Amino acid sequence: MIPLSITLRQALERLVLPILIVAALGIILLGQADRSLAERVRMGLADILAPAYGLVVWPQEQARGLLGRMRDMGRIEAENQRLRAENANLRHWYDVAAALADENAALKANLHWMPDPSPSFVTGRVVRDTSGLYARSVLVAANVDAGIHKDEIVLDGSGLVGRVTEIGSRSVRVLLLTDASSRIPVRLEVSHGAAIMAGDNSGTPRLIYYPQDNPPVEGERVVTNGEIDTMPAGLPVGQIHYVRPGQPVVIPFASLGHLDIVRVFDYGRSAVVPPDAPGRIPVRHPADSFPLPFPSPLGRG
Amino acid sequence: MTPDQAPEFQPGIQPRPSLWRRLDMLSRRGLPAALTGMAVLLLSAPFGLPGQAELLPGILLSSVFFWSVFRPASMSSPIVFLLGMLVDLLGFGPPGVMLLVVLLVHGVALSGRYGFSRAHILVLWLVFDGVSLAATALQWGLISALSLHLVPMIAFAFQWVLGVGVFPLLCVVFSTLGRSIANPDRA
Repeated sequence: MIPLSITLRQALERLVLPILIVAALGIILLGQADRSLAERVRMGLADILAPAYGLVVWPQEQARGLLGRMRDMGRIEAENQRLRAENANLRHWYDVAAALADENAALKANLHWMPDPSPSFVTGRVVRDTSGLYARSVLVAANVDAGIHKDEIVLDGSGLVGRVTEIGSRSVRVLLLTDASSRIPVRLEVSHGAAIMAGDNSGTPRLIYYPQDNPPVEGERVVTNGEIDTMPAGLPVGQIHYVRPGQPVVIPFASLGHLDIVRVFDYGRSAVVPPDAPGRIPVRHPADSFPLPFPSPLGRG
Repeated sequence: MTPDQAPEFQPGIQPRPSLWRRLDMLSRRGLPAALTGMAVLLLSAPFGLPGQAELLPGILLSSVFFWSVFRPASMSSPIVFLLGMLVDLLGFGPPGVMLLVVLLVHGVALSGRYGFSRAHILVLWLVFDGVSLAATALQWGLISALSLHLVPMIAFAFQWVLGVGVFPLLCVVFSTLGRSIANPDRA
C-alpha cells in the first residue's frame, strides 16, 4: 500500500461514499438513457444464476411431489370409493352413449337412403315369406288403399328389398331382389361402373354386364342406378364380394332372410311412364335435368 | 469502535500475524457482507415464499444499517455499492435506484454511528424505522419519477413494515454473530 499521511487517508476515505453516490446517480441516468444495456447485463447475470436456480427449484419439486404422493396414499380409501362410484356412473353413461350411437347410426342410415322427403311411403309388416324353391318373395300386410301401386320400391332399415309385383286388397306381394327373375340396374360407387344385379334365388345376387375393363372392387357399395323410372338413383343395395376371381356377387344390406317391417315407397315416377314405342329416345325426368329455356321438342309423356 | 479497525491507536507492540491468522481475520471481517449477499441471492431465487420480494429490501437495509453502525470495516462503502448493484441487477426496477437508496442509508448510519452504537436497541430500532421509511419513500419517488407514473404505494408500505419487523430479529442474530464467528478479534 502506498504510504499516505493519516489526514490524507482519512480525507480519501471520506470521499469514497460521495463518489459512490455520484456513481449511483450516474447508473440511474445510464439506465434511463440506455435501457437495453441494463437488460443485457441483467440477462447475463440471470444466465449465470440459472443453473443455481435450477438447483433450488429441483428439491422443491421433489419435495412437492413426495408430499403429494403421501397425501394421495392417505386418501387412497376415499379415492377408491370415489372412483368406484364414478366408474358405475360412467358405465351407465357408456350404455347411454352406446345406445345413442346405435340410434344415431340407424337414423343416419335412414337419412342416407331417404334421398327426398317427398316420396310417400306406406309401412307394413312382412307377414309371410312366400319363397318357394324357385322364387323369392314376401307378403307385406299394408293398407293398399293408401296408394300402393305395382312396381313400387320396398326398403327396410338398411337397404333395398325388392319391388311390388302383385297387389291384393290388404297385402302386396314383393319380389325380393334375390329372386331369379329380378334384374335391377345398379351403379358401383367406387369404380363408377354400371351393371345389372341379377338374382339367382341364392342369398347373394350375381353381378352381370359390368364393364370388363373396369371390374368391381371388393367391398365397394352398390346403389341403384335410376335408369328405370320407378326407382331413383342412389338407394343402397349392398356390397360387392368376390366369391371367386371373376365372379362378383352383391351381399344385400337388407336382411332378406328375416324381414320384419318394410316400407313401400311411391316415388311418383310411374305417372310419367312413356308409352311403349320401339326405338324411342329416353326422356330424362324434368326434376333432375337441366331446365331448358325453350320447350323441349320431344315433349313429355 | 472495535479494536480491529485502527491498529494505529492500539498501544503496545503486536507480533506480525501469520498468513492463516490473516485469512481467518479476513473471512471473519467479510462474513457480514457475504451473508448479506447470500441472503440477496437466496431471496431472489424462486422459492415461491409469500412476500419474498418485499422482504429483500428490508433485510438488505437492516443488514447495511446494523453493520454500518457497529462495524463499518465489515460493511464499507464499496461493499455496500456492490450489494446495491447485485440487488439492482437481480431486480427488474429502474437500475440504480436500490443502489442509491442503500448508499444513502449507509451514509446516514456512518454519520450517526457514534450516537447510534451507544443507544438502546429500542431507540436504534426507532431510528432504523425512520431511516427505512425515508429510504422507502425515496425509492417510491424515484421509481415513480423514472417510470413516469405513480406506482401504487401499498407495496412499498408492505415492504417498509416487513423491514421494520425483521430488524430486531436480525439485530439479535447479527450481535450474536459479531461476538462469535464474525469477530476478527477471536481469530
